[in-house]
Amino acid sequence: MAQIFHRSANTLSRVTIFGAVFIVAFVLWVIGGIVRSPLATDQGIEREQPVPFSHQHHVAGLGIDCRYCHTSVERSSFAGIPPTQTCMNCHSQIWTSADMLGPVRASFATGKPLEWSRVHRLPDFVHFNHSIHVYKGIGCASCHGRIDKMALTYQAAPLTMAWCLDCHRNPEKYVRPRNQVFNMAYVPVNQAKLGPELVREYQVQKLTSCSTCHY
Amino acid sequence: MKELTLNDFRKRAEGGGLYRSLDELARDDDFIAAVEREFPQQALPLERGVDRRDFVKLMSSSLALAGLAACNRPAEKIVPYVSQPESLIPGRPLYFATALALGGVGAGVLVESHMGRPTKIEGNPDHPSSLGGSDAMMQAAILGLYDPDRAQVVRHLGEIATWSAFLAALQPVLKDAKSNGAGLRLLTQTITSPTLGAQIQQLLAAYPGMEWHQWEAVSRDNVREGLRMAFGGYTNAVYHFDKANVVVSLDSDFLAAGPGHLRYARDFTSRRKVRHGQTASMNRLYSFDCGASSTGSLADHRWPVRPSEIEGLARALPAAIMKDLEANRGASIVIAGDDQPPIVHTVVMALNQALGNIGSTITITDPVEVAPVNQLESLRQLVTDINAGAVKALVMLGGNPVYDAPADFNFHHALTKVPFRAQLSPYYDETSMLVHWHVPEVHALEGWSDVRGHDGTISIVQPLIAPLYNGRSPHEVVGAMIGGLDQSPYDSVRAYWFAKGANEQSWRKWLHDGQIAGSALPARQVAIAPLPPAGEGPRSGGEGLQLHIRPDPNIHDGRFANNGWLQELPKPQTKICWENVALISPKTANDIGYDDEKRSALVNERSTVRADVTYRGRKVRLPLWVMPGHPDGVLTVYLGYGRTYGGKVATPEVGVNIYPVRFSDAMSGGAGAEIALVGGEDAYPVACTQEHQSINPKDMYGQEREIIRAGTFAEYQRDPHLGHKEHHGDESMYPPHVYKNHAWAMVIDTSVCTGCNGCVIACQAENNIAIVGKTEVHRERELHWLRIDRYFRGEPSNPEVFHQPVPCMQCENAPCEPVCPVEATSHSDDGLNDMTYNRCVGTRYCSNNCPYKVRRFNFFHYADYDTPALKPMRNPDVTIRTRGVMEKCTYCVQRVNEAKIEAEKRGGNQRVRDGEVTTACAQACPTEAIVFGDMNDKTSRVAALKGEPAHYALLAELNTRPRTTYLGTIRNPNPEIKGTS
Repeated sequence: MAQIFHRSANTLSRVTIFGAVFIVAFVLWVIGGIVRSPLATDQGIEREQPVPFSHQHHVAGLGIDCRYCHTSVERSSFAGIPPTQTCMNCHSQIWTSADMLGPVRASFATGKPLEWSRVHRLPDFVHFNHSIHVYKGIGCASCHGRIDKMALTYQAAPLTMAWCLDCHRNPEKYVRPRNQVFNMAYVPVNQAKLGPELVREYQVQKLTSCSTCHY
Repeated sequence: MKELTLNDFRKRAEGGGLYRSLDELARDDDFIAAVEREFPQQALPLERGVDRRDFVKLMSSSLALAGLAACNRPAEKIVPYVSQPESLIPGRPLYFATALALGGVGAGVLVESHMGRPTKIEGNPDHPSSLGGSDAMMQAAILGLYDPDRAQVVRHLGEIATWSAFLAALQPVLKDAKSNGAGLRLLTQTITSPTLGAQIQQLLAAYPGMEWHQWEAVSRDNVREGLRMAFGGYTNAVYHFDKANVVVSLDSDFLAAGPGHLRYARDFTSRRKVRHGQTASMNRLYSFDCGASSTGSLADHRWPVRPSEIEGLARALPAAIMKDLEANRGASIVIAGDDQPPIVHTVVMALNQALGNIGSTITITDPVEVAPVNQLESLRQLVTDINAGAVKALVMLGGNPVYDAPADFNFHHALTKVPFRAQLSPYYDETSMLVHWHVPEVHALEGWSDVRGHDGTISIVQPLIAPLYNGRSPHEVVGAMIGGLDQSPYDSVRAYWFAKGANEQSWRKWLHDGQIAGSALPARQVAIAPLPPAGEGPRSGGEGLQLHIRPDPNIHDGRFANNGWLQELPKPQTKICWENVALISPKTANDIGYDDEKRSALVNERSTVRADVTYRGRKVRLPLWVMPGHPDGVLTVYLGYGRTYGGKVATPEVGVNIYPVRFSDAMSGGAGAEIALVGGEDAYPVACTQEHQSINPKDMYGQEREIIRAGTFAEYQRDPHLGHKEHHGDESMYPPHVYKNHAWAMVIDTSVCTGCNGCVIACQAENNIAIVGKTEVHRERELHWLRIDRYFRGEPSNPEVFHQPVPCMQCENAPCEPVCPVEATSHSDDGLNDMTYNRCVGTRYCSNNCPYKVRRFNFFHYADYDTPALKPMRNPDVTIRTRGVMEKCTYCVQRVNEAKIEAEKRGGNQRVRDGEVTTACAQACPTEAIVFGDMNDKTSRVAALKGEPAHYALLAELNTRPRTTYLGTIRNPNPEIKGTS
């Protein structure tokens, strides 16, 4: 009786069996890449907002301090989104009839709040406190990127756990003097020397217990 | 199963070992097997199975979700204020002082508010009725506020109407009342609010023919009338347990119920916290207990007695007790229970007077009520007048008399004869079904008012949130009836106090402090009336089985029946939830003639048999429950169950309504009850949590484990270690942990735990713990992170009782940690056993390996993600767990982290100071039995307690090095009294 399979089938089956390992590894690698990619982390995505607010204009152009609007960043877990009142402090005087600011004026007139789209959304089960990071000398730009260069705000960092742990394990790589925390353009002169000094001075701890963030 | 007789129980108990239940005593081998099987019914699904159609639906939706997951997440909205309120920092809570009342008498609270949403209630440390403690009902008020089943609209004959339509309908009634005089009646509950009192007086002046009735199902009529007989007028007695060396309780549960019980528990236990080298003496409590009370469970001497025997005891206390009282003249208290007839209170006050206690340990003041009356007679008068056709209009402010009026009043028949009837109440309940107009009532956290505490201290009640469900306050209804249509409750309360001399400054201070300083009622000089002779009491003798009716320790008179937290809360002594049962003693169970076959069902803590209880020709069918230490020949039942309307949790078939056997001449029951077993039924399941997730009482060699350490004060003075020495080695296979910074720890003083459950609900509110319902509790799937174990020791007829709260032990050598395959539970730098929900895959190995059985598993999706009304209630600092996730006590790590951050931000000293952070359970505890702190801080309270000689760790021999540890129970029995009889 003739062979059903040609001799080359042997090679084919060997390649398939060994290849499967590589195929599985490749698939896992691709999945791993996807979950870390902006597709999953929303990194770099600009959200549509009720008013196309430009941090670039307000921060770099006008020199407004972060804390003018994000008032609770030094005191609370939440940095705070400014109430309409804060916008109107200036915009009742300037650009009072700009079309772009229509929703702000409408909100102030009707008492109906503006609904902003959240740009930085932490995964569920994670708790984050702004105030302690600011107190320990972590600059706004370290996580939020160069907000002063963003015409429309996007998420600069991936906000993955690996990204958080990079700093929680090695805070000396990122810590900066407290008076530079709100300085967007801060560039460390000699972080390798300054970092460990500041970690000691500010008593920055390497907190990697699960309950530091997850509870 | 082997059949057991009462003597067998007795013999087994004589061994001196601990037992949690008769079941444990009865079934050694079966019981151990049950304990070892932690999730005995884990294979059972939820009631409704998943059929093929559901399966396909689920599959398709999960496929759809899988598709979505790959896309960007939809944008989440952030909605800032238009104009942010001053003093509000987004992300940080604010606290407001107010007061919560039960039975009209208030206790001060501090309410935590997250951006306008109240989320948690704590006691107000400055308020004399609370001193910072809180009970389960106060803690659960937060769920009562958001309860989506509350009445939400004004209804006319059940149809949706408006407030203005109600006011319009009221006008002709009022006009008629004005011209004709009589016919208009007001029915309220107990009122201590000075403002509302003044408004009602104004109303009475405006309508001279109008009459005001008061009714509360769990009223203090007996106390009021007893004191009136004693002192010749309505008065209020305030007790000072901190000054009393000897306390005799005649069926009083002063530690767990009634006005001022939080204060009384704190004062009483302040004399029972034995500290080495500091405590020279302890107080002593004798308790005559007619049921199963918390006070009785803490007593040094407890005797179960029939309710009818109390009067005789009051007139002639046993000689040894009298001797003890005489030796402590002016430093003792004799207190009678609210359920005892007035004569007992009169006799007890005469006794206190003779002992020189009045003026020293007991202060007599003016009444706290605005208008004290005999409420039973007040309601009787109303019913009589209605039946005589004299009532044309009835306005009810609060209350649910159709459900809770005495059975012989036939209130619901009478009510339907009134031509105009209106009710203000929080739920659309049994009474609301029969009224023309129903107006939803505001919750105490939604409206302005004022209230008096147990000693008369006045608190301004301020709202935390605008009424969620269009509620109206009694001030508004009375105001509208007077004619002041535009006056808000805020205006009413403010106007009243400004007229009394308040100014803006004092008003703000009162609101801030939660009380008006110095407003406690002053002591009053009283002369005691001559004692009436014996035998005049309404109850004498009492042959046969006595029915003994009590308010429920969780849902009171039924007003909290729709509160799921309170329904699922194991009752302090019986550990039964979602149900009321008939409690009987082991001997009575024997006497009423159950054969052994049936008794083995009775002592089973998972199910029981039902019985028909007949009283005066009326019958109720109740599950029977044998309660060790219960008086013989008495049948204790709890009110508040068997509601027919009033919310999805309260109805249907949650417990049995006892009001049909409550008669106006026997408000707390009486003799002559009959009991008959219901034949031909399967075992009736009861959700009793005592043996759920229990610690195995025997070790692997079958030796009794030392779970409770206890001794007398005399023994303690001889040997403060209570006969024990810590002898356990510290060997471990694992490298030791080093705690450089904090080491959080907890010490629980079991001497002063009353088992009141305040901590359990505090934990539930703080940590967003879901409820699971009766069926799931019966399957041992309740989620409470903190349970209070109850142990008996001694004869089942009158055993000693021990309460032991068991949260997570946060072991240093935690058995749960090494067995997790995904490292979802791990050790933190501070020594906490962290639980990372998003890592948990639900193997339950950790729970299997936990010797303390403190881990809870979400077998199903118990957390309510969908009900919009409940979303704002949750603590935003704690994750809501989902199906398939293990959860457990975290030592309130969210509070710990917050405190650490705040301490670090202070700069310089990085440490959290002692007392800056505490867990929800420790904060709620009225007796401060739970102390939480940093063990590494040698000056902390918890470090000091860890050094006490009576300090011990649970199952220390396992070398788990638990951070939660205990102080042994120390009691102070009278050496002259041998035994308990």
